[in-house]
Amino acid sequence: MTAETEAAEMQPAETQREDLQRYGVPYAAHGEQKVIFPHRDMWLQTAVALLQDGWNMCLDVTAVDYLDKKHPALPSDIPAERFEVVATFISYERKERLRARIQVPEADPTIGSLYTIYPGSDYLEREVYDMFGINFEGHPDLSRILMPENWQGHPLRKDYAVGSIPVQFKNSRQDSPKEGA
Amino acid sequence: MSLQTPEKQSPNTQQIENALTQQLDLLPRRDAVLRMSEVRAAEVADQPVSDDDDQTMMMNMGPAHPSTHGVLRLMLELDGETVVRSKPVVGYLHTGMEKTAETLTYLQGPTNVTRMDYASPLFNELVFSLAVEDLIGIEIPPRAVWIRMMMTELNRIASHLLFMATNGMDLGAVSMMIYGWREREQVLRFFQKVTGLRMNHNYIRPGGVAADLPDGWEQDVIDLLDMLPPRLEEYDILMTGQPIWRDRLQGVGVLTQAEAQALSTTGPLLRSTGISWDLRKDMPYLAYDDVDFDVIVGSYGDSFDRYAIRLNEIRESMRIVRQCVEKMPVGDYKAQDKKVTPPPRTRIDESMEALIHHFKIFTEGYKVPEGETYIGIESPRGELGCYIVSDGSAKPYRMHIRGPSFVNLQVMPHMMANGLIADAVVVISSVDPVLGEVDR
Repeated sequence: MTAETEAAEMQPAETQREDLQRYGVPYAAHGEQKVIFPHRDMWLQTAVALLQDGWNMCLDVTAVDYLDKKHPALPSDIPAERFEVVATFISYERKERLRARIQVPEADPTIGSLYTIYPGSDYLEREVYDMFGINFEGHPDLSRILMPENWQGHPLRKDYAVGSIPVQFKNSRQDSPKEGA
Repeated sequence: MSLQTPEKQSPNTQQIENALTQQLDLLPRRDAVLRMSEVRAAEVADQPVSDDDDQTMMMNMGPAHPSTHGVLRLMLELDGETVVRSKPVVGYLHTGMEKTAETLTYLQGPTNVTRMDYASPLFNELVFSLAVEDLIGIEIPPRAVWIRMMMTELNRIASHLLFMATNGMDLGAVSMMIYGWREREQVLRFFQKVTGLRMNHNYIRPGGVAADLPDGWEQDVIDLLDMLPPRLEEYDILMTGQPIWRDRLQGVGVLTQAEAQALSTTGPLLRSTGISWDLRKDMPYLAYDDVDFDVIVGSYGDSFDRYAIRLNEIRESMRIVRQCVEKMPVGDYKAQDKKVTPPPRTRIDESMEALIHHFKIFTEGYKVPEGETYIGIESPRGELGCYIVSDGSAKPYRMHIRGPSFVNLQVMPHMMANGLIADAVVVISSVDPVLGEVDR
């Protein structure tokens, strides 16, 4: 028995969902929201399966830093990691959204890039890289997008302190006070 | 426990490669996407000019260019007047609003998000409120739902009127700028009457809206709706039917259906390519099920289609607003859930408990159950999404806004490819990005 079928069988019978089971990854559905929990190593395979299954568009890629917090609504059989990448997909035909939550460990914050499968994730992944320092392997241009290129640190990490920093404008020059002023 | 099964990997790697070629083939103009760092661009700019005809020029447009809608900067690689490659550079308005949101209570949250897309602030408040309400699980009274719908549709009108103004201005029809602002001002005056502010209203809050509509609001709205149609006909005379206007827009900045889908485009950009996708129709929220309106769809995916879609969306929004006036239910304008709703002002004067309750709500805020949710609505620019993670405290653990302008920016290099610099201005204008939302 593979790990996936094991995970699928752990779902109680009444919440078994044909539409979510087919991706072979743990899933949950609360209300109208559908969530799948692919493993990081299976992420691109799952994304290909999603594309082929009619999820037309990758709407959103973001991340959450659960530094020392409990992950909400995470199935008990999935080991929690510090980072969680959250991707949202939409299907025109089904008129539904699907959310994927992928655990990314702190020691090795890398995950495969969706760029080749959903090219629209380009800027979104750059933003996640900029804000959380998560590397997307295979992204054509993983550079900072909102912060300056030479910025140190990743602002949306929970251990990045909120506070003011001294700002020095590039190429600024302090004019000497005028005579008699 | 590992969920990975190694033997499954080899066929799937093949699948990925197939998908790779298929998906990227949808983007024939992807070579026009310039991927160059600032350091490298500076080096390139310092290279000596050669007599070689193949030499291209790097040029910087913005962030303080009048037709870049705020602070968008474009790095352009030019061959004469032709744009070979381009790169939108953003971040000039980045103030860390998602980080700020983690330090504000759910009651303070709308004041923060409303400043993102400053041309349609009510949509930001709406999506945030819907997400919080989804986490708490409260029902909103019908009157609040209809007030929200009417106000956001009026906001859509204001936002599209602003587009009419800037679109005209960017292309040299400067008188259009004055007309667009003039009509938008009338809508903003109504907003001021209802919310107290012209922009950044903090009017839609989790639990309902901040205040009921003022006396005589029906007449104000009817006056607005009567004022607009002849003005829109003026726009038709000034722009839609004008050969110069049409020549300037038709066939410029063409986006194909496949490109639009692959690049996650939403809103009028997506609809201009012929895909009928409008969340109000396809995944209805609020009470869009109960109103009658049409989704405007283009067919050529060019700048003229996008102009025409927005112009006609104003007319459709007017239809919705008129139905809102007719069908506006009576009753509460906010949920009577004591947990999220502050007590009415009169109660505070006579009841100590109400006073304590008032202070508790405005200082500590209310606790939202643990969970995570994503809510999406149709803003004037496309799908505006809000992802909130709650850890059970009074402040969001993480709040993320999926800004349609941010994602839509990705199509720019594709649409500008092999066009003239003058057409690049048309493309920026017709994508209609709001940089407050791009940078957040």
